[in-house]
Amino acid sequence: MAKQKHSFKTTLELFSTFLKIGAFTFGGGYAMIPLIQREVVERKHWISEQDILDVVAIAESTPGPIAINAATFVGYRVAGFAGAFFSTLGVVLPSFLIIVAISFVLRQFEDSRVVQYAFAGIRAGVLALILRALLSMYRQCPKNLFSYLLAAAAFICVAVFNVSVLLVILGCAAAGLAYSAFAAGRMKK
Amino acid sequence: MIFLELFWTFFMIGAFTFGGGYAMLPLVQAQVLAHGWLSSEELVNFIAVSESTPGPFAVNVSTYAGMQTGGLFGAFCATLGVVLPSFLIILLVARCFVKFQSSRVVQGCMFGLKPAVVGLIAAAVVSTGQTVFFENGFSAAALGSPAFLCSAGIFLLMLILSMKKAHPILIILLSAVLGIGVGYLPFMA
Repeated sequence: MAKQKHSFKTTLELFSTFLKIGAFTFGGGYAMIPLIQREVVERKHWISEQDILDVVAIAESTPGPIAINAATFVGYRVAGFAGAFFSTLGVVLPSFLIIVAISFVLRQFEDSRVVQYAFAGIRAGVLALILRALLSMYRQCPKNLFSYLLAAAAFICVAVFNVSVLLVILGCAAAGLAYSAFAAGRMKK
Repeated sequence: MIFLELFWTFFMIGAFTFGGGYAMLPLVQAQVLAHGWLSSEELVNFIAVSESTPGPFAVNVSTYAGMQTGGLFGAFCATLGVVLPSFLIILLVARCFVKFQSSRVVQGCMFGLKPAVVGLIAAAVVSTGQTVFFENGFSAAALGSPAFLCSAGIFLLMLILSMKKAHPILIILLSAVLGIGVGYLPFMA
């Protein structure tokens, strides 16, 4: 990328654009991608259509929330470090403020009987939502014996033996690395 | 010190979860419950709040857990923690993302991480299911209780709706209404 001087105005625009994106996407993550596309590609012409695909790919293969990854990446592409900083700040700020406000409200109402009944129902609904997320993750997962075994092992480690989730994540990454190195080695022969 | 602990815990969550959204749930659940920052019921309740407010789940839940344990500054520390790993890693990767994307190491790790997420979310479904259906521990009596039967009914109905791609907010609203309706039935007291 050629070094260019980024104006204060671009940085400010990045901030306000991502503030808008942060304030209007419910559910976060993938729900944000179409909005980023509309604002950043079609309206502001900051990055190209192809770049959006890169944003998705990069956000998926680096840790952390998709929305933060995408905001930092687009901001950096458009206006360097300051752009990355203000885009990320913009996308986080609405969530932060709304949840701070809500936590006061929740504390006020959590002892009310109606709210408790409502949440008893809601918890059952949330379980259905998590199950749906599980199915969509399963669909994106590679379908082979290795990945079935690894998913089963991760499940048993956490659900039955209470192994630390962090340890399981690291172990699975290492197993994937070892398996693909082994497969690549066999292909060479 | 609570602020440092909030920052560090959410930093680890930000650094070791891939895929965003519900992929973050298993690690968030493990860490937040282990620290006693939220009860398992509060966490499931909050998932519904997060689905119905804008912004990524990771940012919402870190702000909320921080707010509950360390007030406004706690919320700030936790949110900074969850955002920082993404921000720093994207800054590093943005320059050489083509090389990063096609790197054997990255692809190998992802090969293990995708099934890991499936197994971990399956474990989260089981532990959330325990919270939803068996508040006071699993027993044969609990299995026949009106509270269990009502939760199971709401869950099944919402599962059918979510398979038909109903919007999450609609599912939460409907479960709340059903929860309130069921809560006031005479045999529930």
